[in-house]
Amino acid sequence: MARPKGPLRAWAVLAWLAVWQVAAMALAAAYPHGGLLLASPLSSLRRLGELAVTVPFWRAVGWSACRILGGFLLSCLAAAVLAALAARYPKAAELFFPPVAAVKATPVASFIILALVWLDSGQLPLFIAFLMVFPTVYLNLLEGIRQTDGKLLEMARVFRVSPARRLRGIYLPQVLPYFRSAASLGLGLCWKAGVAAEVIGLPAGSMGERLYTAKIYYQTPDLFAWTAAIVAVSMAFERLFLKLVDSLLLWQINNFTIGVSRPLPK
Amino acid sequence: MEIRVEHLWKSYNGAAVLRDVTFTAGPGFTCIMAPSGGGKTTLLRILLGLETADSGTVEAAGCWAAVFQEDRLLEHLDAAGNLRFALGGQYDAARAGAVLAELGLDGVDGKAVRDFSGGMGRRLALGRALLAKSDALALDEPFAGLDAKTRQRARETLRRRAGARTVLLVTHDETDAAELDAQVIRLA
Repeated sequence: MARPKGPLRAWAVLAWLAVWQVAAMALAAAYPHGGLLLASPLSSLRRLGELAVTVPFWRAVGWSACRILGGFLLSCLAAAVLAALAARYPKAAELFFPPVAAVKATPVASFIILALVWLDSGQLPLFIAFLMVFPTVYLNLLEGIRQTDGKLLEMARVFRVSPARRLRGIYLPQVLPYFRSAASLGLGLCWKAGVAAEVIGLPAGSMGERLYTAKIYYQTPDLFAWTAAIVAVSMAFERLFLKLVDSLLLWQINNFTIGVSRPLPK
Repeated sequence: MEIRVEHLWKSYNGAAVLRDVTFTAGPGFTCIMAPSGGGKTTLLRILLGLETADSGTVEAAGCWAAVFQEDRLLEHLDAAGNLRFALGGQYDAARAGAVLAELGLDGVDGKAVRDFSGGMGRRLALGRALLAKSDALALDEPFAGLDAKTRQRARETLRRRAGARTVLLVTHDETDAAELDAQVIRLA
């Protein structure tokens, strides 16, 4: 069966790049410093190429990735523990609900400003990534656990299946797809919020700091180049992480079978 | 294992499903028969410890294995995967293969249960119960959805593989009771 195509088409991307190029050229022609207002896609790409071969570029990517992904992973861990507790004890779910709802509803900028009062700017992206990802992962995991088939759990109880096998055979296949969609959302979210925190907190050596410096000096090609780098790194980590989750899903299926790989359950 | 049930009552929303049920069952086959909604499944669930009775006593100390009203299989796994999940360390590939073959399920390795027909799922559920180490079997219409020939084959496998266990079999079919030489308990 042919795989359904997504909405992204190469011709549409090229058309918008052409519009961007024409707008940049028009601005450069119309004003003496028009090129500063809008860098062209070609100059941004050239600048990205120049930056990508330098050590400070990769150091900044590493600095931001460590903190933002650290916040993401810690958030997933905390969400898993608290969602399991909330699924087991309804009172715990009631207790956790107000802070989760508050974090979900509060603008990220408010948290960044508030966190700057408490924390060193170097810890800020980790904390903000943690906070922004938590409600999504927690709520998805809780829903996944709650949707677990009670009849299968009864069967496992009658057959005296150990808790570890119940986890792998019943809970994981049920919860992993929920976690996968939450992680996909969360990874995009944590990069956006984490870089926003870096732009406001300006921790030295971060990608957000480079973005801010480019803005201060009207280095618009740098601005676009760093933005493109953030998007690329965020997408790369998302794909890598989702591949890891898929492998985990496949592993736990194959662990109960006799050497047979099959497509993942939808 | 001996099962003793005395004066068992169970109601849902004020409607009595089990009314003063009393019986004893020992090793061998006992068929439980009743009209639809007559409390057969509820009785098995109480014996399995999945529900509590309103009143009465149940003595059924020992290990159970069961075929539920639904197959209750892990759909993303194949037959062997399902058996390994339920049986854990007791899983023996050779013995499992022999029982599945007797039930007409040979050659299904690697096929996910979600691709099984209804009858195949039912037979796998029966195989799982037979393979589990237990003192008693609670079988809720284990032959439902099977054609006459497959039903006969499954019944023969059950007779051969039940061993010295106490088997409570919920069925609507008088032939099951006759073929298995079973004690019959009719719920009112």
